[in-house]
Amino acid sequence: MEKHEMICICCPRGCRLNVAAEGGEIKEISGNRCRRGETYAKEELTHPMRVVTTTVQLNGGKIPMLPVKTSKAIPKALIFDCIDCLRDVSVDAPAAIGDVIIKDVLGTGADIIATRTIGKRD
Amino acid sequence: MKNVDIVIVGGGPAGLAAAVSAKRHGADSILILERDASLGGILNQCIHSGFGLHRFKEELTGPEYAQRYISLVEELEIPYLLGTTVIDITHDRKVTAVNSEDGVIEIQAGAVIMAAGCRERPAGAINIYGDRCTGIYTAGTAQKFVNIDGYMLGKKIIILGSGDIGLIMARRMTLEGAEVKAVIEIMPFSSGLNRNIVQCLNDFGIPLYLSHTVTSIKGDKRLESVTVAEVDQSLKPIKGSEREVECDTLLLSVGLLPENEMSKRADVVLSGVTGGAVVNERFETSTPGIFACGNVLHVHDLVDYVSEESERAAKYAVDFVRGRTYAESDIQITPGSGVRYTVPFKINPHNIEDNLVIRFRVSTRYSDKRIRVLINGEPVMSRLEPALVPAEMQTAVISREKLNAIPDIRDIVVEVGD
Amino acid sequence: MTDVLIIGGGISGSAIARELSRYQLNITVLEKDVDVSAGTSKANSGIVHAGFDAKPGTLKGRLNAKSNAMFDRLAKELDFPFKRIGALVLCFDEADIPKLEQLKVRGEENGVEGLRIIDRDELMQLEPNMSDIAVAALYAPTSGIVCPYEMTIAFAENAAQNGVSFVFNAKVTSVSKENGIFTVKTESGAEYTCHILINAAGLYADEINNMLSERKLKIRPRKGEYSLFDKAVGGFVNHTIFQLPTNLGKGVLVTPTVEGNMLIGPNAEDIDDKADVSTTAEGHREIFEKAELSVKDIPYKQIIKAFSGLRAHEAGGDFIIGEAEDCENLINVAGIESPGLSSAPAIAEMVADIIKQKHELKENPDFNPCRKPVIRFRDLDNEARNRIIEKNPAYGTVVCRCETVTEGEIVDAIRRPLGATTFDGVKRRTRAGMGRCQSGFCSPRIVEILARELGVDITEVTKSVHGSNILIGRDKLIGDAENEKR
Repeated sequence: MEKHEMICICCPRGCRLNVAAEGGEIKEISGNRCRRGETYAKEELTHPMRVVTTTVQLNGGKIPMLPVKTSKAIPKALIFDCIDCLRDVSVDAPAAIGDVIIKDVLGTGADIIATRTIGKRD
Repeated sequence: MKNVDIVIVGGGPAGLAAAVSAKRHGADSILILERDASLGGILNQCIHSGFGLHRFKEELTGPEYAQRYISLVEELEIPYLLGTTVIDITHDRKVTAVNSEDGVIEIQAGAVIMAAGCRERPAGAINIYGDRCTGIYTAGTAQKFVNIDGYMLGKKIIILGSGDIGLIMARRMTLEGAEVKAVIEIMPFSSGLNRNIVQCLNDFGIPLYLSHTVTSIKGDKRLESVTVAEVDQSLKPIKGSEREVECDTLLLSVGLLPENEMSKRADVVLSGVTGGAVVNERFETSTPGIFACGNVLHVHDLVDYVSEESERAAKYAVDFVRGRTYAESDIQITPGSGVRYTVPFKINPHNIEDNLVIRFRVSTRYSDKRIRVLINGEPVMSRLEPALVPAEMQTAVISREKLNAIPDIRDIVVEVGD
Repeated sequence: MTDVLIIGGGISGSAIARELSRYQLNITVLEKDVDVSAGTSKANSGIVHAGFDAKPGTLKGRLNAKSNAMFDRLAKELDFPFKRIGALVLCFDEADIPKLEQLKVRGEENGVEGLRIIDRDELMQLEPNMSDIAVAALYAPTSGIVCPYEMTIAFAENAAQNGVSFVFNAKVTSVSKENGIFTVKTESGAEYTCHILINAAGLYADEINNMLSERKLKIRPRKGEYSLFDKAVGGFVNHTIFQLPTNLGKGVLVTPTVEGNMLIGPNAEDIDDKADVSTTAEGHREIFEKAELSVKDIPYKQIIKAFSGLRAHEAGGDFIIGEAEDCENLINVAGIESPGLSSAPAIAEMVADIIKQKHELKENPDFNPCRKPVIRFRDLDNEARNRIIEKNPAYGTVVCRCETVTEGEIVDAIRRPLGATTFDGVKRRTRAGMGRCQSGFCSPRIVEILARELGVDITEVTKSVHGSNILIGRDKLIGDAENEKR
């Protein structure tokens, strides 16, 4: 049985988890103050996932950059690929929270969506 | 001179939540004064996620969290002025502000809610010596340049201080193509949240050097290198441990200071520990009718608590305008062993309407210790905590029933113990 | 060909340029940096000394007190902040009181007025934070404070208004003289010729002199470190507080600054590198230890900035002002260390007199002694604020919140004669970014305004000299070849 120590990142409490696992299967877990810790530990052991946040260029907007995020967590290993996809992306103002900038990015099932509402420059 | 019931200084998370709450508590006229060109405050540049888990039970980015409140302010048709800087507040609540459209605006406020947030401790305030060159910025300034303006400040980066903004910027600069060489923290523990160490440093293999500091900087025009040294228990650099690390940028994340210049003008008494106002259970400062909430009062770890605190402060501001009187809050809450400060600083139990909520921070790291609240020396609350860190704000709640059961409250102490 | 070429745009060069612009002369100032007041003149104590310190008969002794008396008028004409707050020289030992008496006599010989020895009781009334060991002091009511770079900029701007040309990024690489004409070459390859050459090159005045004269000068940089405190403790002391030299050496001063901060320093370290303005932990320990002799409970938490400056110390110890003995029409203004800032107006007059002895100077009928006034929003009353905002709405947008500096003031600082071209140039002209947050909040705005006003890309904006760019490129383009070049 392998033992893992990890910090849960589901919420700002950052619980310290002690996990005993065998072949990716969690046998024992302690330290989590809620049930999400269990799901996190399992995912983290087999296929860690992260929400990615960054910006894309906004043409003609009140602010030159539009913040965006993945609509759900994507595999951690794809973070830099995801950033690369957005390198040359620019969108035209106005933009609204939830606007889909890229659909199904890298085939992850997650969309890149705008996280701020920004109007056109006067 | 214009008359407004509730003038709110600052349109960030504290000011927005206060405005919404004041409106819901029936305030007739409210005015938010915001210096920036849009509402939302520093949340707008915090494009990472992690906000709102308590408030909205979902994980939002900074701008998304801000938008929830901005939308409410718009729906409730609460007036606000953008690009407007408050330049004076008197003890009798005359507020002077200025913008390019209206010029100098003078307002007699029924009550003032200070919600101006905090600022970053600059390089000059910490002991780093060396050359005079460009390439040294606070993490928040870097965040504004990168996330709002879309410009990069450097390629090889050292971050001094492991505050949350520093950790967040380590990841952000990495994603934008810079090489973040290390985060240096003088204390033996991080001043940021654990989850940020995992997802901002560990995920990208960025080392965190605890008990280290930057002792000097070198560079002709642009920063060329910094000297990093290990520190001893008294935080003094250990001779012989110095090494030079090549970098073109030093980001500082070495603390936040409540922005209280205007409070001082209104004769508000400030705490030497928090840098914010000394407030009672109604978030009223030493100047009657001037209230404080959010990071201008004490630096919070989570915006969710800022919103909650500001909503409560606004209710009492509305009470003040309506002339409702409260008993004098003359019972001190004393930070006991292991506790740096508490908010509120003083209370009167008769004024507590539901629960007494005490927010505080511990002074160092503890594991398996109890948080205790003592009234007249008797414990009224005790909670075992597996881990306590200064980075996390703590909360102790005493119910009204419990308070009322003690007839003659003389003193209240919050402490960390076995 | 110009009549007069001045090398150096520090306080000496700028004050001389302004003084000579009273006459019908063609004048050019060459400055190696991107702005005036970029060397010694920008980092010093900012004291207008009363003039009791220098030995009677020396140039320092002759010029200082005379110059001090000129400041009230100059501050008005040139619109730079100046406050006559008075100075105290502390004595820590009863046995040293005769030394205070000696200093008083010396001051009186130099023409300093109002000097008086005061006892501990009076001292405590003047300075409640005085240390317990101070026993008496020499009180000099005429001592004052200025902002050294605002003063230098004011002189230079007024000179420019009156027709003086300033050339920046003009580091002099060679100077020669043939048939009575000087030829000066700069790093960029430009060549200037003139009849009268004024050497006000500060730390480098020896190098300029030594290219023309056999009477060699040797200027050694003497570094002094300072600690600047927040305005919150600007009232910690009320006067400029000096110390009688003790067995620990020459003391340090503790003073309010004219902008309302508190300043402690400087120590004195002879170094070799004329560009070394670094600060050190040891230097700061030294100034703190010494300052603690003067005042107690120094609020160290309120420090906002450490800096250091270099004094141009010439081996002889006095100012060197005059025509070189073996090089006609080369006028040296060298070794201008303390009290150089205080003496600058009198130095400028002395240089004009030297020229007048040999050349007939005709008055410039268009000379205007008054600089175009600077609008300082924070100093105006609300009525005046409204008037200016109505004329120009940019004065209603506060950019620097710590010092309350508006966009209008920043734009004016850039557009004025000899306007700011760099971030530091804006800071020194407006104080934007000089407050407690040290430009954390306002730097993005200032950079944006500079780029807009100068008509350059935002990444071209520099802090000071070429190469000190603040931003390196757009997000996400960091690896691009275009940015790689920078």
